[in-house]
Amino acid sequence: MASEAPKAEALNVVGQPVKLRDLKKHVGGQTSYCDDLRFPRMLHLKMHRSVQPHAKLLAVDTAAAARSEGVVRVLTHADLPGGELWSGLATVGGAGDEPVLASDKVRWKGEAIAAVVARTPEQAEAAAAKVKVRYEPLPAVFDVEEALAAGAPNLIAHWPGNHYIFGDDHAAAQIRLGDVEKALAEADRVVENVYQTSPIEQAPLETIGCVAVPDGDGRYTVHTGSQSLSSTLKSVAAYLGLPANRLRFVSGSVGGGFGGKADLAVEVTATLAAIKTGRPVKYRYTREEEMFASSTRAAWRVYIKDGVMNDGRIVARKVTTYHDSGAYLRMSNYGAMKHSTHWPGPYTVANVWVDVYCVFTNRTPSGAMRGFGIMPASFAIEVQMDRVAKAIGMDPWRLRLLNAYRNGDMRGHHRAVKDAAMIETIQATAKLSEQNLTGDLQSLSSWRQKAG
Amino acid sequence: MTAKILSLNVNGRDETILCDGLTTLQEVLRDQLGLLTSVKDGCTQGGCGSCSVLVDGELWLSCLAPVAALAGRAVMTLEGLKQSAGIAAIQQSFIDNSAAQCGFCTPGMILTVKALLDANPEPSHDEILEALSGNLCRCTGYLPIVEAVKDAAARLSGGADAARASEGREG
Ligand code: FES
Ligand code: FES
Repeated sequence: MASEAPKAEALNVVGQPVKLRDLKKHVGGQTSYCDDLRFPRMLHLKMHRSVQPHAKLLAVDTAAAARSEGVVRVLTHADLPGGELWSGLATVGGAGDEPVLASDKVRWKGEAIAAVVARTPEQAEAAAAKVKVRYEPLPAVFDVEEALAAGAPNLIAHWPGNHYIFGDDHAAAQIRLGDVEKALAEADRVVENVYQTSPIEQAPLETIGCVAVPDGDGRYTVHTGSQSLSSTLKSVAAYLGLPANRLRFVSGSVGGGFGGKADLAVEVTATLAAIKTGRPVKYRYTREEEMFASSTRAAWRVYIKDGVMNDGRIVARKVTTYHDSGAYLRMSNYGAMKHSTHWPGPYTVANVWVDVYCVFTNRTPSGAMRGFGIMPASFAIEVQMDRVAKAIGMDPWRLRLLNAYRNGDMRGHHRAVKDAAMIETIQATAKLSEQNLTGDLQSLSSWRQKAG
Repeated sequence: MTAKILSLNVNGRDETILCDGLTTLQEVLRDQLGLLTSVKDGCTQGGCGSCSVLVDGELWLSCLAPVAALAGRAVMTLEGLKQSAGIAAIQQSFIDNSAAQCGFCTPGMILTVKALLDANPEPSHDEILEALSGNLCRCTGYLPIVEAVKDAAARLSGGADAARASEGREG
């Protein structure tokens, strides 16, 4: 544990302006993004997507699409080597639960069913609209708590209770520190609230896309705007049953990602299409697809019950949260895990109890976005801090500073705090916003346990 | 659909274009004429401004422009503006003010600013916001971009003094 704050003079990167190296190319219009690549004989892939949130697939008829002008190939689940299931983290130990192209069922409105590969994007789009799907609609569930309730329709047989299983048999990721029930019973006050966030599209200006190019020797080069180059390569290899050395992934400038290009989205299908046609295949989302079919930031529901003393100390924080994973896992278990370790926020609370559920619903699968799993916790925590302050009649600046974590304090997940900067950040914010902090608050420090 | 042949001046060169009634200027520039890829495609529906070009000096969204209606007109993309008056000052202002991050919106932004400053060399803050209102940037935030526009206007209208002053400032 550091005993003193580092001196500003000792820092030669922090606090110094740094210019982006690619600015010069940006302003000249010379930066090349994935969509700017052109290859001879390149084909274009467009997807036929589910119009049902939850349904059995009775029949997928691609005959009319295959006959449509310019079409070279139509791909369905049957074209996948082993009908494998995938998820973003499957190659590093997560569970694969998502088909690349839907097989027997669709679980969200927008799920990929049949890929059409044609000479132009317009031809592919026109043909994709001609795929005929017969559905048998199933009851759907759109709310996390309804999905967990007994009798809810089950989405994925692998997840019987519609939730991810943490470890061997945990329905929720759990954080336990101290004795939260005792502390709640002894607290002067209990402040209890529920918070809800909405799904948010990352909305990069460049939509998701890739071009898969056959190298002619059984290898494939995939140019992609992905934010996760190496894990995407591994996933494509795993799901197409190819050794990894048959694939080469090339990144370039990414036209904005914000987490929205972390999930595996287009590469498996595009590579499969390149294998089946022997030609370069571009698969790039339209703006419309980007908005409705790409992973969003998840919606979260957060219940907080705080035990508070009249002097401002928060002595207990009991939390139950539900992460809406949407129809499939992707990287949601990772986001939920990060979320769980963030509690009780940048504050020190001696008694913490957290249960985080990662729930499957018939909504668009969710994924990473700036502060994956953290943002919903921070939103709930900071609104809760204001409400606690109000409940005990304390200035919210004071409440935050009194409870702010310091170096050496114990976090909910039993790790000591290092490199805390909460107190100094609030003090600097107060200064900039001309908020007068009293002397005792000004003398607080992340490096000392007591004021003074 | 019946194909049509027409001529178009692109970046100072007369080009013969093959198109049908719905072919957009964006497709022609990006695909037919060989990689004028400073013209971006952020939405293909007129919502983002990343495909902005100049048609006879006026700002157009190329994704919404049927090329068949542009016979005989002169189109400029950022590739063709290299030597054009003021463009270097605008580009330098974008660099100095860190007015780009991923850069995907940047060519469209720069053409928008070029059209603005050609028509109105000393735009007010509100006029700048109005001019940029059709160009979305997801990364940078608009403040550095607005600063870059003001900086470029100062460099271009204030002559050498303003240029020296703005060179001295911190990025
Ligand atoms: S691509 Fe033309 S406005 Fe977005
Ligand atoms: S810099 Fe990324 S959209 Fe503007």
